[in-house]
Amino acid sequence: MSPAADAGQSDHPLIELIGVTRTYGQGTVAMQALRGVDLVVLEGEFVAIMGPSGSGKSTAMNILGCLDVPTTGSYRFRGIAVEKLSRNQRALLRRHYLGFVFQGYNLLGRTSALENVELPLLYRGEPPAARHAAAREALAAVGLTEWERHSPAELSGGQQQRAAIARAIVTHPAVLLADEPTGNLDTQRSREIMDLIVALNRDRGITVLMVTHEPDMAAYARRIVRFVDGRVESDIRNPEPA
Amino acid sequence: MLWNTLLLALKEIRRNLTRSFLTVLGILIGVAAVITMVTLGNGATQAVSTQISSLGSNLLMVRPGQRLGGGRDTAGAAAFRLADAIAIENQISHLGSVAPVVSRTVTVVHLASNWSTSVVGSSNAYFSAGNWKLAAGRTFSEAEQQTGKAVCLLGETTRSKLFGGQSPIGSAIRIKQFACEVIGLLKAKGQSSMGRDQDDTIIMPLRTVQRRLAGNQDVGMLLVSVQDGASTIRAKQQIESLMRERRRIAASEENDFNVLDTREIADMLSSTTRLLTMLLGAVAAVSLLVGGVGIMNIMLVSVTERTREIGIRLAVGALEREVLLQFLIEAVVLSSIGGLLGVLLATVSSIVLADLMQVPYMFGIQINLVAFLFSAAIGVIFGYFPARRAARLDPIEALRHE
Repeated sequence: MSPAADAGQSDHPLIELIGVTRTYGQGTVAMQALRGVDLVVLEGEFVAIMGPSGSGKSTAMNILGCLDVPTTGSYRFRGIAVEKLSRNQRALLRRHYLGFVFQGYNLLGRTSALENVELPLLYRGEPPAARHAAAREALAAVGLTEWERHSPAELSGGQQQRAAIARAIVTHPAVLLADEPTGNLDTQRSREIMDLIVALNRDRGITVLMVTHEPDMAAYARRIVRFVDGRVESDIRNPEPA
Repeated sequence: MLWNTLLLALKEIRRNLTRSFLTVLGILIGVAAVITMVTLGNGATQAVSTQISSLGSNLLMVRPGQRLGGGRDTAGAAAFRLADAIAIENQISHLGSVAPVVSRTVTVVHLASNWSTSVVGSSNAYFSAGNWKLAAGRTFSEAEQQTGKAVCLLGETTRSKLFGGQSPIGSAIRIKQFACEVIGLLKAKGQSSMGRDQDDTIIMPLRTVQRRLAGNQDVGMLLVSVQDGASTIRAKQQIESLMRERRRIAASEENDFNVLDTREIADMLSSTTRLLTMLLGAVAAVSLLVGGVGIMNIMLVSVTERTREIGIRLAVGALEREVLLQFLIEAVVLSSIGGLLGVLLATVSSIVLADLMQVPYMFGIQINLVAFLFSAAIGVIFGYFPARRAARLDPIEALRHE
């Protein structure tokens, strides 16, 4: 059953996967990572995607992030068929609607936290003053105001992930895609990051899609989708998010 | 965006200063070589024309034989006589001076010193036609020229070989079997454009050389200077028709003598140096090209090293052309810095080498500009391939890259 009935969420489908398959390689060496996935995500949801390695959750995440396209089937983002878009059009979609958080933070080295957070705005062509203001605001939201001049090497893992989250939300995206965001952090830092993500989902209405293999982290989500062998095995609502 | 990309490129260059410098070195040397070669070549061309005008401006050389240039191949053509010189002087207007010239190579002796040099027999007209100035003493008297007296004027090189630091005026030098009194000393003129030392010479009256050294009445060459403002072409035509008449050449036959204009020699020589300049410039341009390959190499390494960074940029929504532009601008900035440093190095090396080679230093805005723009163009050409590779990376693969 659909979790659309939950209060506070719109009925508008933000994301629709319709019979999505993804095959790597051809012929006898072909590897099917996704074998027909149907998934609907509404605006404002917090979805955790779980599953063992090789289950296709990362592939699904790449497709949801418009970094990859389905081999067959359709991915509709706000009704737009993403598989029909060009590489550059997908880049524009990412630029305007998506924010990414990775397990390995993926900040630019030898570049200050502020400049890292400004990066997406740079490609949006924002003037410097507006860039600085928006980046400072995002850094404040993740509690890194005093660290804006520091480069990633001078920040702890938790701080780096906060900076990465600031970079992801600086454009006020519709969706935050988080790929094992706490994979490199200890329990305490993981909790802090998860609290931050929950707050962003709750207070800003950002839709969150998070890949994780840790049940503790998935427990923060209001919906848990489990992948096995390239298919959605279960899709359950979490009645009491942590 | 463009400004940001430029700042980004500069930052990237500063981040890896040693490598950036080594990359730039190829372009730097290439640009410096091109500019230095062309600048020195232009200086040499200038030096040649200056030296030729020091021979005397508007000078015509009339020689027997058909061959152009310094060849001695008169191929049976009769030598001139003194009368030919007199005829030219009397019958053709707007001429400065007409000097009959005969020369021989002899060994001259003064005390214990001896020196092999070229003895020129001519008249006082030789000094004005050849732009010679007196440093000391006097030129020939009318009587000395008429009687063929054994008197001479020395060039500076001959004087220093025979007399060392002393003044030669009034001394006698021995040439073959006769003694010759030194009555004058010529101011130094330096090397000729052909590399011959013009001051390695002795001048005597024409008749003296004819009688005592040559043993005949031949005149080897007529030096004719044309008055300032008068046409050398007209003078040349008039001399040719007069000589044809005097040498009884039928209308169907070709000249058995030639009239050479110093301007022609100047044109000939400077076209040669210009050609050499172009050749050297082209060789240097090849090294510039090699420098471009160096830039491409480093940019390819840089793209591989920064694969993850490119992945991040693509993930946050950078377009292909934005990534392309970033790497292209980086290559252009690198090569332009190389070009700029090359221009500076070329200026220094051109000044130093021009001084060593004794050619004038001539700053050419054109070659500096062309070489600099060429270096920037090389950045575009050789930066494009690595930049395209960066732009076409798959963001997923790039993000996974270690």
